[in-house]
Amino acid sequence: MILIGERINGLFRDVARAIAERNPEPIHALALAQTKAGAHFLDVNTGPAVDEPEKVMGWLVRTVQEVVDTPICIDTMNVKALEAGLAAHRGRALINSTTGERAKLDAILPLAKEYGAQVIGLAMNEKGVPKDANDRTAIAMEIVAAADEYGISPQDLYLDPLILPVAVAQEHASEVLETLRQVRLLADPPPRTVVGLSNVSQKSKNRSLVNRTFLAMAMACGLDAAILDVTDQDLMDVVATANILLNKEVYCDSYLEVARRSHAG
Amino acid sequence: MELLKENWTGKVREVTIGATPERGGTRTHTVTVGGETGLPFLHFEGEVPNPPRIAMEIWDTSPEEWPEALREPWADVLADPAAWARKCVEKCGADLIMLRLASCDPDRGNTGPAEAQAVVKSVLSAVGVPLIVIGCGDPEKDNEVVPAVGEAAAGENCLIGIAKQENYKSLVATCMVNGHNIIAQSPLDINIAKQLNILITEMGLTPERIVIDPMSGALGYGIEYCYSIMERVRLGSLQGDKMLAMPVIVFVGQEAWRAKEAREPDETAPAWGPQRARGVAWELLTATTLLQAGADIFVMRHPDAALALRRHIDELLMREEGVA
Repeated sequence: MILIGERINGLFRDVARAIAERNPEPIHALALAQTKAGAHFLDVNTGPAVDEPEKVMGWLVRTVQEVVDTPICIDTMNVKALEAGLAAHRGRALINSTTGERAKLDAILPLAKEYGAQVIGLAMNEKGVPKDANDRTAIAMEIVAAADEYGISPQDLYLDPLILPVAVAQEHASEVLETLRQVRLLADPPPRTVVGLSNVSQKSKNRSLVNRTFLAMAMACGLDAAILDVTDQDLMDVVATANILLNKEVYCDSYLEVARRSHAG
Repeated sequence: MELLKENWTGKVREVTIGATPERGGTRTHTVTVGGETGLPFLHFEGEVPNPPRIAMEIWDTSPEEWPEALREPWADVLADPAAWARKCVEKCGADLIMLRLASCDPDRGNTGPAEAQAVVKSVLSAVGVPLIVIGCGDPEKDNEVVPAVGEAAAGENCLIGIAKQENYKSLVATCMVNGHNIIAQSPLDINIAKQLNILITEMGLTPERIVIDPMSGALGYGIEYCYSIMERVRLGSLQGDKMLAMPVIVFVGQEAWRAKEAREPDETAPAWGPQRARGVAWELLTATTLLQAGADIFVMRHPDAALALRRHIDELLMREEGVA
Protein backbone atom coordinates (compact mmCIF):
# COMPACT_ATOMS: atom_id res chain seq x y z
CA MET A 1 0.00 0.00 0.00
CA ILE A 2 1.16 3.45 -0.92
CA LEU A 3 0.29 5.72 1.98
CA ILE A 4 -0.35 9.42 1.37
CA GLY A 5 -0.49 11.54 4.55
CA GLU A 6 -3.51 13.86 4.51
CA ARG A 7 -2.67 16.23 7.30
CA ILE A 8 -1.02 19.25 5.61
CA ASN A 9 -4.26 20.75 4.42
CA GLY A 10 -5.55 24.28 4.96
CA LEU A 11 -8.89 22.80 5.98
CA PHE A 12 -7.26 21.99 9.31
CA ARG A 13 -7.15 25.04 11.57
CA ASP A 14 -3.53 24.58 12.67
CA VAL A 15 -2.38 24.45 9.05
CA ALA A 16 -4.54 27.44 8.05
CA ARG A 17 -3.03 29.46 10.87
CA ALA A 18 0.53 28.41 9.94
CA ILE A 19 -0.16 29.48 6.34
CA ALA A 20 -1.60 32.83 7.40
CA GLU A 21 1.41 33.53 9.62
CA ARG A 22 3.90 31.87 7.23
CA ASN A 23 5.07 29.94 10.29
CA PRO A 24 7.09 26.90 9.13
CA GLU A 25 7.15 25.11 12.48
CA PRO A 26 3.71 23.42 12.46
CA ILE A 27 4.31 22.36 8.83
CA HIS A 28 7.72 20.90 9.73
CA ALA A 29 6.20 19.00 12.64
CA LEU A 30 3.41 17.52 10.49
CA ALA A 31 5.84 16.57 7.72
CA LEU A 32 8.14 14.80 10.18
CA ALA A 33 5.35 13.08 12.12
CA GLN A 34 3.66 11.69 9.00
CA THR A 35 6.93 10.56 7.46
CA LYS A 36 7.84 8.79 10.69
CA ALA A 37 4.41 7.15 10.71
CA GLY A 38 5.13 5.59 7.31
CA ALA A 39 3.80 8.06 4.71
CA HIS A 40 5.21 7.51 1.22
CA PHE A 41 3.80 10.85 0.01
CA LEU A 42 2.61 13.93 1.87
CA ASP A 43 -0.55 15.56 0.54
CA VAL A 44 -0.23 19.35 0.57
CA ASN A 45 -3.32 21.52 0.12
CA THR A 46 -3.46 25.27 0.71
CA GLY A 47 -7.11 25.16 1.74
CA PRO A 48 -9.92 26.91 -0.09
CA ALA A 49 -9.64 30.44 1.13
CA VAL A 50 -6.12 31.71 0.69
CA ASP A 51 -4.91 34.76 -1.17
CA GLU A 52 -2.17 34.15 -3.72
CA PRO A 53 -2.53 30.32 -3.85
CA GLU A 54 0.54 30.05 -6.11
CA LYS A 55 2.81 31.65 -3.55
CA VAL A 56 1.29 29.65 -0.71
CA MET A 57 1.73 26.34 -2.55
CA GLY A 58 5.34 27.13 -3.41
CA TRP A 59 6.00 28.06 0.21
CA LEU A 60 4.33 24.90 1.55
CA VAL A 61 6.28 22.61 -0.78
CA ARG A 62 9.60 24.24 0.08
CA THR A 63 8.79 24.26 3.77
CA VAL A 64 7.94 20.54 3.82
CA GLN A 65 11.08 19.65 1.87
CA GLU A 66 13.24 21.58 4.30
CA VAL A 67 12.81 18.72 6.76
CA VAL A 68 11.90 15.55 4.77
CA ASP A 69 12.64 13.97 1.41
CA THR A 70 9.18 12.41 1.24
CA PRO A 71 7.66 13.35 -2.14
CA ILE A 72 4.61 15.58 -2.14
CA CYS A 73 1.13 15.03 -3.45
CA ILE A 74 0.31 18.52 -4.71
CA ASP A 75 -3.38 18.91 -4.01
CA THR A 76 -5.07 21.82 -5.76
CA MET A 77 -7.66 22.58 -8.42
CA ASN A 78 -5.79 25.75 -9.37
CA VAL A 79 -3.47 25.09 -12.32
CA LYS A 80 -1.18 28.01 -11.51
CA ALA A 81 -0.80 26.89 -7.91
CA LEU A 82 -0.10 23.38 -9.19
CA GLU A 83 2.63 24.63 -11.48
CA ALA A 84 4.16 26.69 -8.68
CA GLY A 85 4.18 23.60 -6.48
CA LEU A 86 5.75 21.44 -9.20
CA ALA A 87 8.42 24.07 -9.87
CA ALA A 88 9.32 24.20 -6.17
CA HIS A 89 9.35 20.41 -5.72
CA ARG A 90 12.49 18.30 -5.40
CA GLY A 91 12.09 14.71 -6.62
CA ARG A 92 9.04 13.11 -8.23
CA ALA A 93 5.73 14.71 -7.24
CA LEU A 94 2.21 13.33 -7.44
CA ILE A 95 -0.39 15.70 -8.91
CA ASN A 96 -3.75 15.74 -7.13
CA SER A 97 -5.61 15.93 -9.49
CA THR A 98 -7.26 15.99 -12.89
CA THR A 99 -10.81 14.92 -13.67
CA GLY A 100 -12.05 13.31 -16.88
CA GLU A 101 -13.00 16.70 -18.31
CA ARG A 102 -11.12 17.33 -21.54
CA ALA A 103 -10.11 20.86 -20.63
CA LYS A 104 -8.70 19.66 -17.32
CA LEU A 105 -6.83 16.80 -18.92
CA ASP A 106 -5.31 19.13 -21.51
CA ALA A 107 -4.20 21.52 -18.78
CA ILE A 108 -2.84 19.00 -16.23
CA LEU A 109 -1.34 16.15 -18.26
CA PRO A 110 1.21 18.33 -20.10
CA LEU A 111 2.41 19.59 -16.71
CA ALA A 112 2.76 16.00 -15.48
CA LYS A 113 4.82 15.19 -18.54
CA GLU A 114 6.94 18.33 -18.25
CA TYR A 115 7.79 17.79 -14.57
CA GLY A 116 7.90 13.98 -14.73
CA ALA A 117 5.17 13.82 -12.10
CA GLN A 118 2.60 11.10 -11.45
CA VAL A 119 -1.08 12.03 -11.60
CA ILE A 120 -4.29 11.27 -9.72
CA GLY A 121 -7.31 11.09 -12.05
CA LEU A 122 -10.74 11.53 -10.49
CA ALA A 123 -13.52 9.44 -12.02
CA MET A 124 -15.81 12.43 -12.58
CA ASN A 125 -16.50 14.94 -15.34
CA GLU A 126 -18.51 18.10 -15.97
CA LYS A 127 -21.66 16.17 -15.03
CA GLY A 128 -20.30 15.44 -11.56
CA VAL A 129 -19.67 12.14 -9.78
CA PRO A 130 -21.29 9.18 -11.52
CA LYS A 131 -23.81 7.09 -9.65
CA ASP A 132 -22.52 3.65 -10.56
CA ALA A 133 -19.36 1.69 -11.21
CA ASN A 134 -19.76 1.42 -14.98
CA ASP A 135 -19.90 5.18 -15.49
CA ARG A 136 -16.93 5.68 -13.16
CA THR A 137 -14.94 3.11 -15.11
CA ALA A 138 -15.90 4.74 -18.42
CA ILE A 139 -14.44 8.06 -17.24
CA ALA A 140 -11.37 6.26 -15.88
CA MET A 141 -10.88 4.78 -19.35
CA GLU A 142 -11.00 8.26 -20.89
CA ILE A 143 -8.32 9.40 -18.45
CA VAL A 144 -6.12 6.38 -19.26
CA ALA A 145 -6.50 7.10 -22.99
CA ALA A 146 -5.72 10.80 -22.56
CA ALA A 147 -2.64 9.98 -20.47
CA ASP A 148 -1.49 7.66 -23.23
CA GLU A 149 -1.86 10.51 -25.75
CA TYR A 150 0.52 12.56 -23.62
CA GLY A 151 2.95 9.67 -23.23
CA ILE A 152 2.17 9.00 -19.56
CA SER A 153 2.32 5.34 -18.51
CA PRO A 154 -0.71 3.79 -16.77
CA GLN A 155 1.66 2.96 -13.91
CA ASP A 156 2.08 6.69 -13.29
CA LEU A 157 -1.66 7.17 -13.11
CA TYR A 158 -3.65 6.81 -9.89
CA LEU A 159 -7.37 6.53 -10.60
CA ASP A 160 -9.65 7.68 -7.80
CA PRO A 161 -13.20 6.28 -8.05
CA LEU A 162 -14.34 8.96 -5.56
CA ILE A 163 -15.80 7.69 -2.34
CA LEU A 164 -18.58 9.88 -0.90
CA PRO A 165 -19.58 10.16 2.76
CA VAL A 166 -21.52 7.09 3.77
CA ALA A 167 -23.68 9.24 6.04
CA VAL A 168 -24.84 11.22 2.99
CA ALA A 169 -24.57 8.94 -0.06
CA GLN A 170 -24.64 5.40 1.19
CA GLU A 171 -25.16 3.75 -2.19
CA HIS A 172 -21.73 4.83 -3.48
CA ALA A 173 -19.42 2.65 -1.36
CA SER A 174 -20.22 -0.62 -3.11
CA GLU A 175 -19.98 1.09 -6.51
CA VAL A 176 -16.52 2.37 -5.59
CA LEU A 177 -15.42 -1.14 -4.64
CA GLU A 178 -16.69 -2.49 -7.96
CA THR A 179 -14.87 0.32 -9.80
CA LEU A 180 -11.60 -0.67 -8.10
CA ARG A 181 -12.01 -4.17 -9.52
CA GLN A 182 -12.89 -2.94 -13.03
CA VAL A 183 -10.18 -0.30 -13.33
CA ARG A 184 -7.42 -2.88 -13.01
CA LEU A 185 -8.52 -4.40 -16.30
CA LEU A 186 -8.24 -1.16 -18.28
CA ALA A 187 -4.59 -1.44 -19.24
CA ASP A 188 -1.56 -3.70 -18.96
CA PRO A 189 0.31 -2.78 -16.83
CA PRO A 190 -2.81 -1.68 -14.96
CA PRO A 191 -3.28 1.89 -13.76
CA ARG A 192 -3.00 2.28 -10.00
CA THR A 193 -5.96 3.15 -7.80
CA VAL A 194 -6.29 5.57 -4.91
CA VAL A 195 -9.03 6.79 -2.58
CA GLY A 196 -9.33 9.83 -0.36
CA LEU A 197 -10.22 7.61 2.57
CA SER A 198 -11.40 10.09 5.20
CA ASN A 199 -14.15 11.30 2.89
CA VAL A 200 -16.08 8.07 3.52
CA SER A 201 -16.55 8.98 7.19
CA GLN A 202 -17.41 12.69 6.87
CA LYS A 203 -20.33 13.50 9.12
CA SER A 204 -20.33 9.97 10.60
CA LYS A 205 -19.86 8.88 14.15
CA ASN A 206 -17.00 6.40 14.72
CA ARG A 207 -14.96 7.97 11.95
CA SER A 208 -11.85 5.86 12.51
CA LEU A 209 -13.88 2.63 12.47
CA VAL A 210 -15.65 3.60 9.26
CA ASN A 211 -12.32 4.53 7.67
CA ARG A 212 -10.56 1.31 8.56
CA THR A 213 -13.46 -0.95 7.63
CA PHE A 214 -13.68 0.62 4.21
CA LEU A 215 -9.92 0.52 3.76
CA ALA A 216 -9.85 -3.24 4.40
CA MET A 217 -12.68 -3.76 1.91
CA ALA A 218 -10.96 -1.58 -0.71
CA MET A 219 -7.63 -3.36 -0.22
CA ALA A 220 -9.39 -6.65 -0.91
CA CYS A 221 -10.59 -5.12 -4.20
CA GLY A 222 -7.00 -4.30 -5.16
CA LEU A 223 -6.61 -0.71 -3.93
CA ASP A 224 -3.00 0.47 -4.41
CA ALA A 225 -2.89 3.77 -2.50
CA ALA A 226 -4.88 5.91 -0.08
CA ILE A 227 -4.82 9.44 1.18
CA LEU A 228 -5.37 8.92 4.88
CA ASP A 229 -4.42 9.71 8.46
CA VAL A 230 -1.13 7.83 8.78
CA THR A 231 -0.95 8.72 12.46
CA ASP A 232 -4.11 6.66 13.18
CA GLN A 233 -2.45 3.56 14.67
CA ASP A 234 -5.59 1.40 14.42
CA LEU A 235 -5.83 2.24 10.75
CA MET A 236 -2.18 1.43 10.13
CA ASP A 237 -2.63 -1.89 11.93
CA VAL A 238 -5.40 -2.69 9.45
CA VAL A 239 -3.01 -2.01 6.57
CA ALA A 240 -0.43 -4.39 8.07
CA THR A 241 -3.03 -7.09 8.74
CA ALA A 242 -4.64 -6.78 5.32
CA ASN A 243 -1.19 -7.21 3.75
CA ILE A 244 -0.92 -10.51 5.61
CA LEU A 245 -4.44 -11.66 4.70
CA LEU A 246 -3.89 -10.79 1.05
CA ASN A 247 -0.66 -12.85 1.14
CA LYS A 248 1.46 -9.86 0.26
CA GLU A 249 3.68 -10.51 3.24
CA VAL A 250 4.68 -13.67 5.08
CA TYR A 251 2.87 -14.14 8.39
CA CYS A 252 4.78 -14.37 11.63
CA ASP A 253 3.66 -13.87 15.22
CA SER A 254 5.37 -10.48 15.44
CA TYR A 255 4.15 -9.07 12.12
CA LEU A 256 2.35 -6.16 13.78
CA GLU A 257 5.36 -5.15 15.89
CA VAL A 258 7.52 -5.28 12.78
CA ALA A 259 5.09 -3.12 10.80
CA ARG A 260 4.92 -0.58 13.63
CA ARG A 261 8.68 -0.63 14.09
CA SER A 262 9.41 -0.16 10.39
CA HIS A 263 7.07 2.82 10.33
CA ALA A 264 8.75 4.23 13.40
CA GLY A 265 12.17 3.84 11.88
CA MET B 1 9.36 -12.90 -29.01
CA GLU B 2 9.54 -10.58 -26.06
CA LEU B 3 10.91 -12.04 -22.85
CA LEU B 4 8.54 -11.34 -19.96
CA LYS B 5 10.59 -10.24 -16.98
CA GLU B 6 9.66 -9.84 -13.37
CA ASN B 7 10.75 -6.52 -11.86
CA TRP B 8 11.61 -7.33 -8.26
CA THR B 9 11.93 -4.52 -5.77
CA GLY B 10 13.74 -6.38 -2.99
CA LYS B 11 17.00 -8.26 -2.64
CA VAL B 12 18.67 -10.76 -0.37
CA ARG B 13 20.84 -9.12 2.27
CA GLU B 14 24.60 -9.56 2.09
CA VAL B 15 26.39 -11.20 4.99
CA THR B 16 30.18 -11.14 5.28
CA ILE B 17 31.95 -13.89 7.20
CA GLY B 18 35.54 -13.65 8.44
CA ALA B 19 37.78 -10.71 9.33
CA THR B 20 41.21 -9.87 7.98
CA PRO B 21 43.91 -8.27 10.20
CA GLU B 22 42.76 -4.75 9.15
CA ARG B 23 39.39 -5.58 10.69
CA GLY B 24 40.70 -7.15 13.83
CA GLY B 25 40.79 -10.79 12.71
CA THR B 26 43.41 -13.15 11.35
CA ARG B 27 41.70 -14.46 8.17
CA THR B 28 43.50 -14.16 4.83
CA HIS B 29 40.23 -13.12 3.18
CA THR B 30 36.51 -12.78 3.87
CA VAL B 31 33.53 -14.45 2.24
CA THR B 32 30.39 -12.48 1.35
CA VAL B 33 27.16 -14.29 0.50
CA GLY B 34 23.69 -13.10 -0.55
CA GLY B 35 22.83 -9.95 -2.44
CA GLU B 36 20.79 -11.72 -5.14
CA THR B 37 18.17 -9.59 -6.91
CA GLY B 38 16.30 -12.39 -8.69
CA LEU B 39 15.39 -16.05 -8.54
CA PRO B 40 18.34 -18.47 -8.65
CA PHE B 41 20.23 -18.31 -11.95
CA LEU B 42 17.49 -16.41 -13.81
CA HIS B 43 20.31 -14.19 -15.02
CA PHE B 44 18.02 -12.18 -17.28
CA GLU B 45 15.99 -11.02 -14.29
CA GLY B 46 18.45 -10.36 -11.53
CA GLU B 47 22.04 -10.38 -10.37
CA VAL B 48 24.10 -12.88 -8.40
CA PRO B 49 26.78 -10.55 -7.01
CA ASN B 50 28.26 -13.25 -4.79
CA PRO B 51 28.59 -16.87 -5.94
CA PRO B 52 27.21 -19.70 -3.80
CA ARG B 53 29.97 -20.89 -1.44
CA ILE B 54 31.14 -24.29 -0.25
CA ALA B 55 31.96 -24.98 3.40
CA MET B 56 33.63 -28.30 4.21
CA GLU B 57 32.41 -29.97 7.38
CA ILE B 58 34.94 -31.16 9.93
CA TRP B 59 34.45 -32.55 13.42
CA ASP B 60 36.43 -32.06 16.61
CA THR B 61 36.38 -35.81 17.11
CA SER B 62 36.62 -38.71 14.70
CA PRO B 63 33.08 -39.28 13.32
CA GLU B 64 32.76 -43.00 13.97
CA GLU B 65 29.23 -43.15 12.59
CA TRP B 66 30.22 -41.90 9.14
CA PRO B 67 30.17 -44.74 6.60
CA GLU B 68 33.52 -46.00 5.42
CA ALA B 69 33.03 -44.44 1.96
CA LEU B 70 32.96 -41.04 3.64
CA ARG B 71 35.72 -41.69 6.18
CA GLU B 72 38.13 -43.07 3.61
CA PRO B 73 39.15 -39.79 1.87
CA TRP B 74 39.85 -38.17 5.26
CA ALA B 75 41.31 -41.25 6.97
CA ASP B 76 44.69 -39.65 7.70
CA VAL B 77 43.24 -36.50 9.33
CA LEU B 78 40.03 -37.57 11.10
CA ALA B 79 41.69 -37.40 14.51
CA ASP B 80 43.25 -33.98 13.93
CA PRO B 81 40.79 -31.13 13.19
CA ALA B 82 43.55 -28.67 12.22
CA ALA B 83 45.04 -31.10 9.68
CA TRP B 84 41.54 -31.97 8.48
CA ALA B 85 40.75 -28.28 7.91
CA ARG B 86 44.02 -27.78 6.04
CA LYS B 87 43.28 -30.76 3.81
CA CYS B 88 39.80 -29.36 3.03
CA VAL B 89 41.33 -26.11 1.84
CA GLU B 90 44.19 -27.74 -0.06
CA LYS B 91 42.27 -30.64 -1.58
CA CYS B 92 38.82 -29.13 -2.16
CA GLY B 93 39.52 -25.41 -2.25
CA ALA B 94 36.98 -24.96 0.57
CA ASP B 95 35.66 -21.38 0.81
CA LEU B 96 34.90 -21.91 4.48
CA ILE B 97 35.46 -24.52 7.18
CA MET B 98 32.40 -25.69 9.14
CA LEU B 99 33.52 -27.11 12.49
CA ARG B 100 31.01 -29.23 14.39
CA LEU B 101 31.79 -29.47 18.10
CA ALA B 102 30.45 -33.01 18.24
CA SER B 103 32.63 -34.09 21.14
CA CYS B 104 30.85 -31.87 23.65
CA ASP B 105 27.67 -33.94 23.25
CA PRO B 106 26.85 -35.43 26.67
CA ASP B 107 26.26 -38.77 24.94
CA ARG B 108 29.64 -38.65 23.22
CA GLY B 109 32.80 -37.20 24.79
CA ASN B 110 31.00 -34.63 26.94
CA THR B 111 34.00 -32.34 26.54
CA GLY B 112 33.81 -28.83 27.96
CA PRO B 113 34.27 -25.20 26.91
CA ALA B 114 38.06 -25.27 27.35
CA GLU B 115 38.52 -28.14 24.91
CA ALA B 116 36.20 -26.44 22.41
CA GLN B 117 38.15 -23.19 22.67
CA ALA B 118 41.41 -25.02 22.06
CA VAL B 119 40.17 -26.82 18.96
CA VAL B 120 38.70 -23.63 17.48
CA LYS B 121 42.00 -21.83 18.01
CA SER B 122 43.95 -24.65 16.41
CA VAL B 123 41.68 -24.64 13.35
CA LEU B 124 41.91 -20.85 13.08
CA SER B 125 45.67 -21.02 13.06
CA ALA B 126 45.76 -23.92 10.59
CA VAL B 127 43.77 -22.23 7.81
CA GLY B 128 43.15 -18.67 6.56
CA VAL B 129 39.55 -19.17 5.38
CA PRO B 130 36.63 -17.90 7.50
CA LEU B 131 35.15 -20.29 10.03
CA ILE B 132 31.68 -21.60 10.78
CA VAL B 133 31.29 -23.24 14.21
CA ILE B 134 28.25 -25.08 15.53
CA GLY B 135 27.64 -26.92 18.78
CA CYS B 136 26.61 -30.52 19.24
CA GLY B 137 22.88 -29.80 19.14
CA ASP B 138 22.17 -30.37 22.83
CA PRO B 139 20.60 -27.04 23.87
CA GLU B 140 22.03 -26.88 27.39
CA LYS B 141 25.49 -27.94 26.35
CA ASP B 142 25.50 -25.58 23.37
CA ASN B 143 24.60 -22.68 25.65
CA GLU B 144 27.68 -23.48 27.71
CA VAL B 145 30.16 -24.29 24.95
CA VAL B 146 29.26 -22.04 22.02
CA PRO B 147 29.52 -18.74 23.95
CA ALA B 148 32.98 -19.81 25.15
CA VAL B 149 33.96 -20.49 21.56
CA GLY B 150 32.58 -17.11 20.51
CA GLU B 151 34.81 -15.50 23.09
CA ALA B 152 37.90 -17.48 22.02
CA ALA B 153 37.33 -16.42 18.40
CA ALA B 154 36.43 -12.81 19.23
CA GLY B 155 37.01 -10.49 16.30
CA GLU B 156 37.18 -13.30 13.71
CA ASN B 157 33.63 -12.58 12.50
CA CYS B 158 32.72 -16.27 12.42
CA LEU B 159 29.32 -17.70 11.60
CA ILE B 160 28.13 -19.58 14.66
CA GLY B 161 25.09 -21.61 15.64
CA ILE B 162 22.69 -23.06 15.78
CA ALA B 163 20.02 -20.68 17.15
CA LYS B 164 16.44 -21.96 17.30
CA GLN B 165 13.19 -20.37 18.41
CA GLU B 166 13.40 -22.21 21.75
CA ASN B 167 17.08 -21.48 22.25
CA TYR B 168 18.70 -18.41 20.75
CA LYS B 169 19.47 -15.88 23.46
CA SER B 170 22.90 -16.94 24.71
CA LEU B 171 24.10 -17.60 21.15
CA VAL B 172 22.90 -14.22 19.93
CA ALA B 173 24.49 -12.56 22.94
CA THR B 174 27.90 -14.03 22.16
CA CYS B 175 27.58 -12.88 18.54
CA MET B 176 26.86 -9.35 19.72
CA VAL B 177 29.64 -9.21 22.28
CA ASN B 178 32.33 -10.93 20.20
CA GLY B 179 31.42 -9.78 16.69
CA HIS B 180 30.09 -12.92 15.00
CA ASN B 181 27.21 -13.85 12.70
CA ILE B 182 24.48 -16.30 13.63
CA ILE B 183 22.77 -19.28 12.01
CA ALA B 184 19.01 -19.08 12.67
CA GLN B 185 17.33 -22.43 12.17
CA SER B 186 13.61 -23.04 11.64
CA PRO B 187 11.95 -26.44 11.22
CA LEU B 188 10.78 -26.22 7.59
CA ASP B 189 8.47 -23.39 8.59
CA ILE B 190 8.64 -20.01 6.89
CA ASN B 191 6.58 -18.28 9.58
CA ILE B 192 9.00 -19.40 12.28
CA ALA B 193 11.96 -18.45 10.08
CA LYS B 194 10.68 -14.89 9.93
CA GLN B 195 9.69 -14.84 13.60
CA LEU B 196 13.14 -16.02 14.73
CA ASN B 197 14.82 -13.34 12.62
CA ILE B 198 12.64 -10.76 14.35
CA LEU B 199 13.38 -12.16 17.82
CA ILE B 200 17.11 -12.05 17.09
CA THR B 201 17.04 -8.48 15.79
CA GLU B 202 14.96 -7.43 18.79
CA MET B 203 17.92 -8.44 20.94
CA GLY B 204 19.99 -5.96 18.94
CA LEU B 205 21.90 -8.10 16.44
CA THR B 206 21.60 -6.47 13.01
CA PRO B 207 19.85 -8.42 10.24
CA GLU B 208 23.08 -8.32 8.21
CA ARG B 209 24.49 -10.79 10.71
CA ILE B 210 21.91 -13.53 10.21
CA VAL B 211 22.13 -16.54 7.91
CA ILE B 212 19.06 -18.76 7.93
CA ASP B 213 18.93 -22.53 7.94
CA PRO B 214 15.41 -23.41 6.78
CA MET B 215 16.42 -27.09 7.20
CA SER B 216 16.47 -29.54 4.38
CA GLY B 217 16.10 -33.22 3.71
CA ALA B 218 18.16 -35.28 1.31
CA LEU B 219 17.09 -36.28 -2.16
CA GLY B 220 14.21 -38.70 -1.68
CA TYR B 221 13.47 -37.46 1.83
CA GLY B 222 11.07 -34.56 1.35
CA ILE B 223 13.42 -32.35 -0.63
CA GLU B 224 10.50 -31.02 -2.70
CA TYR B 225 8.98 -29.50 0.43
CA CYS B 226 12.34 -27.98 1.43
CA TYR B 227 12.61 -26.59 -2.07
CA SER B 228 9.24 -24.88 -1.87
CA ILE B 229 10.04 -23.36 1.54
CA MET B 230 13.33 -21.98 0.25
CA GLU B 231 11.67 -20.68 -2.89
CA ARG B 232 9.09 -18.90 -0.74
CA VAL B 233 11.92 -17.36 1.32
CA ARG B 234 13.54 -16.03 -1.84
CA LEU B 235 10.24 -14.74 -3.25
CA GLY B 236 9.56 -12.97 0.04
CA SER B 237 13.02 -11.38 -0.09
CA LEU B 238 12.48 -10.19 -3.64
CA GLN B 239 9.07 -8.79 -2.78
CA GLY B 240 10.68 -6.64 -0.12
CA ASP B 241 10.12 -8.67 3.05
CA LYS B 242 13.19 -7.46 4.92
CA MET B 243 12.76 -9.88 7.81
CA LEU B 244 13.06 -12.87 5.47
CA ALA B 245 15.75 -11.53 3.16
CA MET B 246 18.69 -13.40 4.68
CA PRO B 247 21.12 -15.69 2.85
CA VAL B 248 20.53 -19.41 3.33
CA ILE B 249 22.86 -22.15 4.61
CA VAL B 250 22.14 -25.83 3.94
CA PHE B 251 23.73 -28.80 5.70
CA VAL B 252 23.87 -31.04 2.65
CA GLY B 253 26.43 -33.61 3.78
CA GLN B 254 24.65 -34.21 7.05
CA GLU B 255 21.35 -34.97 5.30
CA ALA B 256 22.66 -36.87 2.27
CA TRP B 257 24.85 -39.26 4.28
CA ARG B 258 21.92 -40.03 6.56
CA ALA B 259 19.98 -41.46 3.59
CA LYS B 260 19.77 -45.21 3.24
CA GLU B 261 20.80 -44.93 -0.41
CA ALA B 262 24.11 -43.35 0.64
CA ARG B 263 24.81 -45.56 3.66
CA GLU B 264 23.94 -49.06 2.51
CA PRO B 265 27.18 -51.01 1.91
CA ASP B 266 27.92 -52.84 -1.36
CA GLU B 267 27.28 -56.29 0.13
CA THR B 268 23.70 -55.63 1.23
CA ALA B 269 22.68 -53.58 -1.82
CA PRO B 270 24.56 -54.99 -4.80
CA ALA B 271 21.89 -53.84 -7.26
CA TRP B 272 22.44 -50.18 -6.29
CA GLY B 273 26.02 -50.09 -7.51
CA PRO B 274 29.16 -49.27 -5.50
CA GLN B 275 28.45 -47.33 -2.32
CA ARG B 276 31.22 -44.82 -2.81
CA ALA B 277 29.80 -43.50 -6.08
CA ARG B 278 26.25 -43.74 -4.72
CA GLY B 279 27.00 -41.68 -1.61
CA VAL B 280 28.84 -39.01 -3.53
CA ALA B 281 26.04 -38.84 -6.10
CA TRP B 282 23.43 -38.55 -3.34
CA GLU B 283 25.27 -35.65 -1.70
CA LEU B 284 25.88 -33.92 -5.03
CA LEU B 285 22.30 -34.22 -6.28
CA THR B 286 20.93 -33.02 -2.96
CA ALA B 287 23.23 -29.99 -3.27
CA THR B 288 22.40 -29.17 -6.89
CA THR B 289 18.68 -29.30 -6.11
CA LEU B 290 19.09 -26.90 -3.19
CA LEU B 291 21.30 -24.71 -5.38
CA GLN B 292 18.32 -24.17 -7.67
CA ALA B 293 16.16 -23.45 -4.62
CA GLY B 294 18.39 -20.53 -3.68
CA ALA B 295 20.89 -21.71 -1.04
CA ASP B 296 24.02 -19.59 -0.54
CA ILE B 297 26.29 -21.74 1.66
CA PHE B 298 26.61 -25.51 1.12
CA VAL B 299 28.04 -27.54 3.98
CA MET B 300 29.55 -30.59 2.27
CA ARG B 301 31.27 -33.73 3.52
CA HIS B 302 32.76 -35.75 0.65
CA PRO B 303 35.58 -34.09 -1.35
CA ASP B 304 34.39 -35.54 -4.68
CA ALA B 305 30.85 -34.18 -4.14
CA ALA B 306 32.27 -30.79 -3.17
CA LEU B 307 34.56 -30.59 -6.18
CA ALA B 308 31.77 -31.62 -8.55
CA LEU B 309 29.45 -29.05 -6.97
CA ARG B 310 32.10 -26.37 -7.48
CA ARG B 311 32.38 -27.21 -11.19
CA HIS B 312 28.60 -27.15 -11.51
CA ILE B 313 28.35 -23.72 -9.84
CA ASP B 314 31.14 -22.36 -12.04
CA GLU B 315 29.34 -23.58 -15.16
CA LEU B 316 26.07 -21.99 -14.11
CA LEU B 317 27.80 -18.68 -13.38
CA MET B 318 29.77 -18.80 -16.64
CA ARG B 319 26.60 -19.23 -18.63
CA GLU B 320 25.33 -16.20 -16.82
CA GLU B 321 28.29 -14.10 -17.92
CA GLY B 322 27.90 -15.37 -21.48
CA VAL B 323 24.33 -14.16 -21.70
CA ALA B 324 24.78 -10.93 -19.80
